[in-house]
Amino acid sequence: MEIPYTYKARPDTGLYNAKVGIWLFLASEIMLFGALFSAYILLRVSAPDGFWPDVALAWPRGLLNIPIGTFNTAVLITSSVTVVLAWAALKMNNFARFRWLMVVTVICAFAFLGIKSFEYNDKFSHYVVRLKDGKAVTGHLEVNGKHPGFWNFADQWSLGRLEAEKVEHIEIAVDPARDIHGHVKHVEGASHDHAKQKIATADIAFLGSYTPATHPFFAVYFLITALHGLHVLGGALVLAYFAFPGAKMWKTNPEQFTNRIEVGGLFWHFVDLVWIFLFPVVYLL
Amino acid sequence: MSLKAFHVVFVAASVLLMAFLSAWSYQNYRESGSSTDLAGSVGAFVAILALAFYGRYFLRKLKNISYL
Repeated sequence: MEIPYTYKARPDTGLYNAKVGIWLFLASEIMLFGALFSAYILLRVSAPDGFWPDVALAWPRGLLNIPIGTFNTAVLITSSVTVVLAWAALKMNNFARFRWLMVVTVICAFAFLGIKSFEYNDKFSHYVVRLKDGKAVTGHLEVNGKHPGFWNFADQWSLGRLEAEKVEHIEIAVDPARDIHGHVKHVEGASHDHAKQKIATADIAFLGSYTPATHPFFAVYFLITALHGLHVLGGALVLAYFAFPGAKMWKTNPEQFTNRIEVGGLFWHFVDLVWIFLFPVVYLL
Repeated sequence: MSLKAFHVVFVAASVLLMAFLSAWSYQNYRESGSSTDLAGSVGAFVAILALAFYGRYFLRKLKNISYL
């Protein structure tokens, strides 16, 4: 028995099966990301007043690189434009144009992930050091002349590890001072270079990288952005499949293939729309 | 809702984001006087115009495709 409405729209609803399916799936995704956004907002509004790292659990500001985040936003907006134009090209029976637009979409997706991993690398090698006299400094850590790596989680440093490995002191390239809004303070005549500071292990009360265990901001930031990144990766793989091996269907059933691209495009737009909300909430506010 | 309709929603959301980014950067420029903030504000404003022109082009190009 043939399954009805796999590519022709049902007359009473005007929808084919896959479109109903993708919207039900996207509804569940809205609930998932909605819950995570709510968690972020609730954690933030209940955080103590002040400026992190001076106040331990105050909400950090200005830690994310806004030019990079803006560039990544532009990359995702471009990918949404190319995916919808790829679908429009199929509607106009122009397969060659569809393919190159889809390739551009996939390149944009991987460019986004590459840039995001660069940002992650920066956070994983960034540390906060609380001293026993109550002061706190942040910056890039150097232990025994080496910077901790990105993918090697075992390379992360803590006070316990410093003591266990009998490291007598660390060096940290201290971040420039920031105001309450997270803006770098402009001091007349001062250098913007990150000055290196030597700190004795015996003076350290806490040492932690910009990773989930250090602060709720990092926990929720990494959770939402990593989940979003997995969606980008999954979407990119599916779109790449449609552009090459899956494109055989264009010869046998062009209408169903065009519908598949529409469904893939709907998912891709959802993923990009999540970022449109994520960028101002996490980077700007 | 078709991809065409969702794309219109997406472009509208992108325009709103760029408007917010432009205002946010301009506010920062007024506080800090940094030329980077001013460039960000102008760049986001240019992006609003580009998205508006693109939206018009898109609607004309796909005028025969349903919103459903």
